[in-house]
Amino acid sequence: MNQQESAFTALKSLNPYLVRYRKKLLLGLFFVLLTNLFNVLGPVYVSQAIDSLKSSVTTSGLMGFGLIIISFAIGRGIFLFLVRQTIIVVSREAEYDIRNDLYTHIQFLSMSYFKTHSTGDILAKNTNDINSVRSYLGPGIMYSANTLISFIFIIPTMLYVNWKLTLIALIPLPLMSYLVFKVGKIIHQTYAGIQAQYSTLTSRVQENFSGIRIVKSFVRELSEIEQFEHLNRDYLRKNLKLGRLQAIFYSSMSLLTGLSVVLVIWFGGYLVIENQLSLGNMTQFVMYVGMLIWPMIALGWVINIIQQASASQARLNLIMNEVPEIRDESGTDHTIVKIDGKVEFRGVGFSYPDRENVLRDISFSVQPGEILAITGPTGAGKSTLVNLVMRLFDVKNGQILVDGNPIQSIPLKVLRQSIGYVPQESFLFSDTIRNNIAFGVEFPNDEAILDVSETALIRENIEDFPQKFETYVGERGITLSGGQKQRTTIARALMREPNILILDDCLSSVDTQTEDLILQGLREVMRQRTSIIISHRISTIQDADQILVLNNGEIAERGTHESLLKLNGLYTSLYQKQLLEEELKALT
Amino acid sequence: MAALFHEDEPSGKALDIGLMKRLVRYVLPHKKLVFWGVLLSVASSFLGPLRPYLSHIAIDDYIAKGDWNGLHFIGLTILVILLFEILFQFGLTYITQYLGQKAIFDLRLEIFSFLQRLNLTFFDKNPLGRLISRVTSDVEVLNEMFSSGLVAIFGDLFRLCFILLLMFLTDWRLSLITLSVLPFMIYGSFLFRRKARESYLEVRVQVAKLMSFLQEHISGMSIVQIFNREERELRKFKKINTEHRDAHIRGIYYYSVFYPAVDFLSALAVALIVWYGGGEVVQSNLTIGVLFMFIQYVEQFFRPIRDLSEKYDIMQRAMASSDRIFTLLDRAPYVEKNEGVLKVDKLQGAVEFDHVWSAYQDEEWILKGVSFSVKPGEKVALVGATGSGKTTIISLLTRFYPYQKGTIRIDGHDINEFELSAFRSRIGVVLQDVFLFTGTVYENLTLGRRDIPLEKVKEAARLVQADSFISKLPGEYNFLLSERGGNLSVGQRQLISFVRVLLFNPDIVILDEATSSVDTETEFLIQKAVELVMKDRTAIVIAHRLSTIHKSDKIIVLHKGEVKETGSHQQLMNKNGIYRKLYQLQYKEQEITG
Repeated sequence: MNQQESAFTALKSLNPYLVRYRKKLLLGLFFVLLTNLFNVLGPVYVSQAIDSLKSSVTTSGLMGFGLIIISFAIGRGIFLFLVRQTIIVVSREAEYDIRNDLYTHIQFLSMSYFKTHSTGDILAKNTNDINSVRSYLGPGIMYSANTLISFIFIIPTMLYVNWKLTLIALIPLPLMSYLVFKVGKIIHQTYAGIQAQYSTLTSRVQENFSGIRIVKSFVRELSEIEQFEHLNRDYLRKNLKLGRLQAIFYSSMSLLTGLSVVLVIWFGGYLVIENQLSLGNMTQFVMYVGMLIWPMIALGWVINIIQQASASQARLNLIMNEVPEIRDESGTDHTIVKIDGKVEFRGVGFSYPDRENVLRDISFSVQPGEILAITGPTGAGKSTLVNLVMRLFDVKNGQILVDGNPIQSIPLKVLRQSIGYVPQESFLFSDTIRNNIAFGVEFPNDEAILDVSETALIRENIEDFPQKFETYVGERGITLSGGQKQRTTIARALMREPNILILDDCLSSVDTQTEDLILQGLREVMRQRTSIIISHRISTIQDADQILVLNNGEIAERGTHESLLKLNGLYTSLYQKQLLEEELKALT
Repeated sequence: MAALFHEDEPSGKALDIGLMKRLVRYVLPHKKLVFWGVLLSVASSFLGPLRPYLSHIAIDDYIAKGDWNGLHFIGLTILVILLFEILFQFGLTYITQYLGQKAIFDLRLEIFSFLQRLNLTFFDKNPLGRLISRVTSDVEVLNEMFSSGLVAIFGDLFRLCFILLLMFLTDWRLSLITLSVLPFMIYGSFLFRRKARESYLEVRVQVAKLMSFLQEHISGMSIVQIFNREERELRKFKKINTEHRDAHIRGIYYYSVFYPAVDFLSALAVALIVWYGGGEVVQSNLTIGVLFMFIQYVEQFFRPIRDLSEKYDIMQRAMASSDRIFTLLDRAPYVEKNEGVLKVDKLQGAVEFDHVWSAYQDEEWILKGVSFSVKPGEKVALVGATGSGKTTIISLLTRFYPYQKGTIRIDGHDINEFELSAFRSRIGVVLQDVFLFTGTVYENLTLGRRDIPLEKVKEAARLVQADSFISKLPGEYNFLLSERGGNLSVGQRQLISFVRVLLFNPDIVILDEATSSVDTETEFLIQKAVELVMKDRTAIVIAHRLSTIHKSDKIIVLHKGEVKETGSHQQLMNKNGIYRKLYQLQYKEQEITG
């Protein structure tokens, strides 16, 4: 009970959206009212028409009844149209607002949130949860209003015509609501079970296909088929259970509605014989019973919708109440509006929630115009180190200073604006190449775009595409090679004219010759900036002012290329390996 | 954008006789049920329309005449008919569900089993996602057809026929007048369906756009934040979101028009009945009961017609899916070649490559006339840089791919002379990327073989010394591994794969050693395990471990698809050629650490 209550309070957070569209919503409710008015009046005239047949009625009189019935149908139709055009439209508008708010919020969240929550999870909130909340705002509200109002209109009218018949005719209907609610719930659960089984089945198939080599080499095809059959059979069983439930459900629905009609004819017929009811009234009753069926069904259905929506909204509230870990706070010094680029680490240590001591006691300092290079084996903590410079995470121990100020005191926007970052995995958006290169600047100018593409040695490639800089990247357009992607991301970083340039192993997919050319171009650019370069290739970093060799989160060696070679340690062996690799490649 | 969904967009026929014939085969094993299904369908379609007919008799013959007993009798009759109808309906719903689900079950199993028999070339050529959807979602569409499309269509047709029959038997003129709105109804619902479909497609496109934007931006959020793009990306999102909303709102329009229009048409029919029929009643050509009956038929008649267009859609989708499914099932050329008949219980283990040429594509040779031979029980290390052809050699040996020229022999027989499964079960493979399935440790070790008792598994694990870590897992051998064994360390996964090979007790082992580094203790265990697995067997190893190199009898050095050097470690080192360089690059470091 308690849980349910808290779940229902979750829906309260939707109130602001309802208030925003109150005018349209109220109008919609008013239309529901009018629809039902025409609804209830139609059968009254059918009844009168039938009863008039006993007395002498003229053809024009009958035509009159016909016209009244038609005009009521038109009136009802128009307002039914307007109901959907208001209430359902409002639900789409509110959905739009909710989605915008959610996205805005997601953009504020820090990397630690994205590290602990999968993309699929966040996407599910955006689809399933918002959809079920939307169902509550639209059909949920529409049908509950309709059910309520049709009861208010139809039942008193029936009672007025004949209260005894009303009571008898209505006996099966509440049972129907109850049935929809109860069985509907079980069906929903069974369905969820089926979905789960379906995804088990799917992932089994997927595993089998991706492990097909193992399956074949151990000659396990038959047992794989057997296991699949087992899962398939479970799926069949669950589906048959749903089939049974649906069979029960639909049959009892038909039974209850059919029963209502039989009761009206049977008991109504009796009343007609007793002269307590006219034949027309009886027809009227049959029509009313027909009209009450859907609202009764809707009642049970709406209750389920509301329950699902409240659970979804509770999940949405969870993410909406998440406070971003990294943001400008009271300690932020808003007088800092520009950064020159001096970066200093003092005894910095860092751990991820799921991995301890990714970095330990890291200290260094790099000035504008200098190049700091970082190398070392995979998993040594190189990328983490530059992530800290961009403040994607906050340090646990020690301090990072930028221009001598603690990094936390610098407004986030100012800090990131001064950084040009080229990630290890080239991430481009499905947009034109131009927009991708200009991604980090507010008002890009064409000349600058050409310049940076030139420096990143991608200009010629781009101009070879039929649509040049307007070429689409990604699913909808062209697929760039790894090297082309990397060079595009370099251009994107340069485009910002950053004071701090960070290259995270971003030349791994271009050949050594191209790399040399790019580095030559970059050298000019780097002259006035602070540069941090991560690379596995010694050739990339040998000219750096300082080289840090990271191993297991610690600085194992540091110095210049020459001084490191003299150490004859990790760096030297890396260097020699690369020389050998080159030699081997040259062999035929 | 369109390319994204072309797969599930039906455009073709709603009924393809050829496809239907093949589909019907899956229902035929249950002939009795089909018979009962059809019978029940006919019966309940008959009983439904009977009720309004009986109410008309109740009104005209008993109520109007004040016949008490008659009313009770007919009331009871209607009730009984209702009960039977419900019973039949229940039976029918269940039978169709059962038939449909059974057919789906069989079809799904058939597709999966078929795919198990296809060769690796097929798996390389077809994106996994597409193959998966053949087994899953395509079959699911057919489920919809079996359970709600096909049978419902026949049921509805029967029902319409009975209603027409009863109507015309009662009064053909009033019937014609009632039916006069029908063409509008049919036209309207098909028009609506077309519009609704257009709008549905538009909505789908918008949903896909929204999703791919979100997907991209959530996974690239760091880039958005680092480049201070939050505000501008929000503006873009709002634009997409607006289009998404508007597409939905346009869709609402069609629904808001269609349902009131249907409503209006049935009211029109009622009005016509009242106007024309009423006149007839006044002239005593017709009774009030008949009017009552016709008014009830309007509802019974219109619903199936309104749903007809929806059923049409279901059928269209089902035809498209079954077309895809049967196209797949017709891919016989990709079934693994298994023409060999030679069945052996044991291989001696003599392996010979005789001028083998192999290419995955046309003339891009990966192996260029590779020749070497391995004596029974010999341990051979394959050494070479990436792309030198090592992996291809072991793929050919396990008959995963065909080769174009030359011959591979085992014990003097061309490998293609052996019966495939008997052949493969004599060869044990440990791949670099250890593939583990979701399931228990035990299941992963036996790979579903039930003839290996737990005791034997434990014994093998003890030999490899994997039992020490397995016994520390919660549930030990019943410990549930997550996808790809994600909850085990790299070293543990490798040890598992060694136990696996020992259990299958092959005559020839093929080992592709993993490069990833593990801690010293595990490294020691793995070295022991490698030794154990190779013992008393012919072994061909893509060696990444110095210890493996040292233990091998012969080293074959591959370079760019050719055998360049052959000999022992010492011989090759003295030669000062490719091997020496490779050694310094790949193995030398292990001298220091190992």
